[in-house]
Amino acid sequence: MKRLIFACLMTFATALPSFSQEVTNTVLDNGMEVVVIEDHRAPVVVHMVWYKIGGADEPLGKSGIAHFLEHLMFKATDDMESGEFSEVVAENGGSDNAFTSYDATAYFQRVASDRLGLMMSMEAERMTDLLLTEDHVATERDVILEERAQRVENRPGALLNEQMSAALFMNHPYGIPLIGWQHEMEGLTREDALSFYRDFYAPNNAVLVVAGDVEPDDVIALAKEHYGPIDANERLSPRARPLEPVPRAPRRVTLTDERVGTPYVMRNYIAPARRSEDQSEAAALVFLSEILGGSSATSVLGQALEFDQKIAVSTWAGYSADMLDLSQFSLGVVPAQDVTLEAAEAALDAEIARFFETGIDPEQFERIKTRIRANDIYAQDSARGLGNRYGRALTTGLTVADVEAWPDVLQSVTPEDVMTVARKVLQPTHSVTGWLMAPDMAEETVQ
Amino acid sequence: MNRLIPALFVLLILALPARAEVDIQEVTSPGGLTAWLVEEHSIPFVALEIRFRGGASLDDPEAQGATYLMSGLLEEGAGGMNAREFTEAKENLATSIDFDIYGDTLTVSSRFLTENREASGDLVAAALSDPAFDDAAIERVRGQVLASLRARATDPQDIARDVMARAAYGDHPYGRYIGGTEDSVTALTRDDIVTAWQNAIARDRVYIAAVGDITPDQLGALMDRVLGDLPETGKAFPPEVEFAAAPGVSVTAFDTPQSVARLGQPGMEISNPDFFAAYILNTIMGGSGFESRLMQEVREKRGLTYGIGSFLVDSDYTEALMGSFSTMNARMSEAVAVVQEEWRRMAEEGVTEDELAAAKLYLTGAYPLRFDGNSRIAELLVGMQMDGYDRDYPKTRNDRVNAVTLEEANRVAAELFQPENLRFVVVGQPDGLDATTE
Repeated sequence: MKRLIFACLMTFATALPSFSQEVTNTVLDNGMEVVVIEDHRAPVVVHMVWYKIGGADEPLGKSGIAHFLEHLMFKATDDMESGEFSEVVAENGGSDNAFTSYDATAYFQRVASDRLGLMMSMEAERMTDLLLTEDHVATERDVILEERAQRVENRPGALLNEQMSAALFMNHPYGIPLIGWQHEMEGLTREDALSFYRDFYAPNNAVLVVAGDVEPDDVIALAKEHYGPIDANERLSPRARPLEPVPRAPRRVTLTDERVGTPYVMRNYIAPARRSEDQSEAAALVFLSEILGGSSATSVLGQALEFDQKIAVSTWAGYSADMLDLSQFSLGVVPAQDVTLEAAEAALDAEIARFFETGIDPEQFERIKTRIRANDIYAQDSARGLGNRYGRALTTGLTVADVEAWPDVLQSVTPEDVMTVARKVLQPTHSVTGWLMAPDMAEETVQ
Repeated sequence: MNRLIPALFVLLILALPARAEVDIQEVTSPGGLTAWLVEEHSIPFVALEIRFRGGASLDDPEAQGATYLMSGLLEEGAGGMNAREFTEAKENLATSIDFDIYGDTLTVSSRFLTENREASGDLVAAALSDPAFDDAAIERVRGQVLASLRARATDPQDIARDVMARAAYGDHPYGRYIGGTEDSVTALTRDDIVTAWQNAIARDRVYIAAVGDITPDQLGALMDRVLGDLPETGKAFPPEVEFAAAPGVSVTAFDTPQSVARLGQPGMEISNPDFFAAYILNTIMGGSGFESRLMQEVREKRGLTYGIGSFLVDSDYTEALMGSFSTMNARMSEAVAVVQEEWRRMAEEGVTEDELAAAKLYLTGAYPLRFDGNSRIAELLVGMQMDGYDRDYPKTRNDRVNAVTLEEANRVAAELFQPENLRFVVVGQPDGLDATTE
């Protein structure tokens, strides 16, 4: 066991105050990783189990099975009725839920801190003893199809995202929708779910994160009691997904839909994610997204397209650093009413070209640096948010040491680093450009 | 210890529910403003929550959307700074200031590092009492609002909200979307925006809470710094209005695979002695989580939806009981029938002793967990002030939940749940669902 004091701000000489966060981590004998984050302000604890298995780990033709299994994990086990897990959490005044990403599936409860052992006993139970009936599977399949309709089929913007990802990733499963393609979801079976469960739900494929009003020794004792007796899955193999080839051509997608009220253009580039002991490119991309698209009034795109040229009602840049294999860097423009998507895209391209010529405003760079540093103080206000940081990191190939180094890595980014990574990432051949439009606009374009 | 603690044992433990452990102080500034404060010096920042009662409901009928547009302009130039300079000043301090507008309130949520308290206060003060409202900013933000209105016009969720509001509240401000219409927003002048600002932002309607690394004296000085220059009074509040949507089902045709439904009927005022019973009943019917009757019947048993919930609306000038869900077009008619049956069952049969006990356990156990995080606590404190509660409310609230008896609950169930007055607004192309009202 290693006990660490996480001093995120100590090394900076500026006026910002220092603040320390206590984080403890260990590994159980069966391979389950444990992270404990102390926050004693309120008698609350967040208990999370993160499995290192997500949408990008699904067998071919079974898209959506990771997320479907997440739903089914609330059904019966050997010792619990279907729905009993959530019922017990509610009786204890808690809330519980779960989520699936491309790289992880996580289950969490937020309860009074003296109920932690009860949560662990139930979570340990469903790690090994899930039972599924055909009835439950059939009904829940209807639920996930309703979920897909609500999140995707009813939203043209979400349909465009699906098409863009499918075009951007030519080989990696990040191109397959997390919730699944509808036709494959319709065919998912009880056996599909159970086989995924047996292959990947095991302590040596899981990370326990406990954040809140707890003592690390108590948490580790409880973890040994509840999770310790579960056998490791010795058949578990290292995660290896198909990787992307070198891209040779820019891709374009146009989605036309009656339900589009506000058209927009966006472009996604394949980008590197944080890698263990090698987080500097990702850190530079965090700065790049702030520089290009932070707030309208001070960002490169906002200033140029919204304020100066007045051709956009909004602009954005986005980047998520926490992915196992690859991330995306995203740019977008919602044009002003009388501006075409073509003109908006041309203005976006012109602004990126100008950015490569003029470089970074040093004052803007310093402001972003200050804000990123202050965010570490504000982040201490949410134990759950801190827990998520560790859970995401430990399920995307990073270590506790990487999480602790991240604030320093961010603070050591230079404008030159940002320009270097921008030149590497913002290449047309690495990108897909999407237009979201209504049919009447499509006609105008044809004329 | 057992792998699974038997449920009975759990119930016994819970006979003594946790209490919310926040120590709320009342602070009066030298200038006469009052705030609630929770000191929390372990993290060097402060969450400051300011709310002005009234919000978008103060819109003049001929200037719909003016308050909404105005609230979007407060940080687009103020105190002699243009939008860029204002944002740069904020970013230099790593301060966040967010203005939001709702039917009943204009909210100002700010978060600043301890050492930047005064400079951050000056920025909030400038935005509230000295906004520029310059023409370039008005046109830019107007463009954003118009774009969002066009997006709403083809979003089935938004269409359903608007149809329900119009059906329930007609010409009252609650009957309209707070952002206005494309026509009304296009026609707004700078004078309309200045009037909306004078109407909405005044000392006679302000509620303040602070949580974090700040003392009572420091908060007193900060309040005067931020709000000292504001005018004493604003516009008179709108009248009360009854929820008056015609009962039955209306269908608004919209070409999309999944229909969206909203339901509504008259509700109950928060000051009503039966409100706690109503609150418990709604938790049983459609509260959050998987345990509610609606989630069990519509999702868990039949797979008809991804999520369904109901909620008590206790706005300043009306009360309603509402709900929402989405279902594939082919199955909407079945889902509506299930909800109607649940409404009837609740009105006629009420709840069981077990359901009441489970809901109480959930509500009393969950309540202390809400007081988690400076920003969250500040929001709760300001909400309690607006609802007219005392500072000791967090200490007595669970007792009030526990005091509701089965007899009371079932008397209130029969009054509150009115299947004969329940209105469904459905947007989509639901198969075989007959509209019974327009």
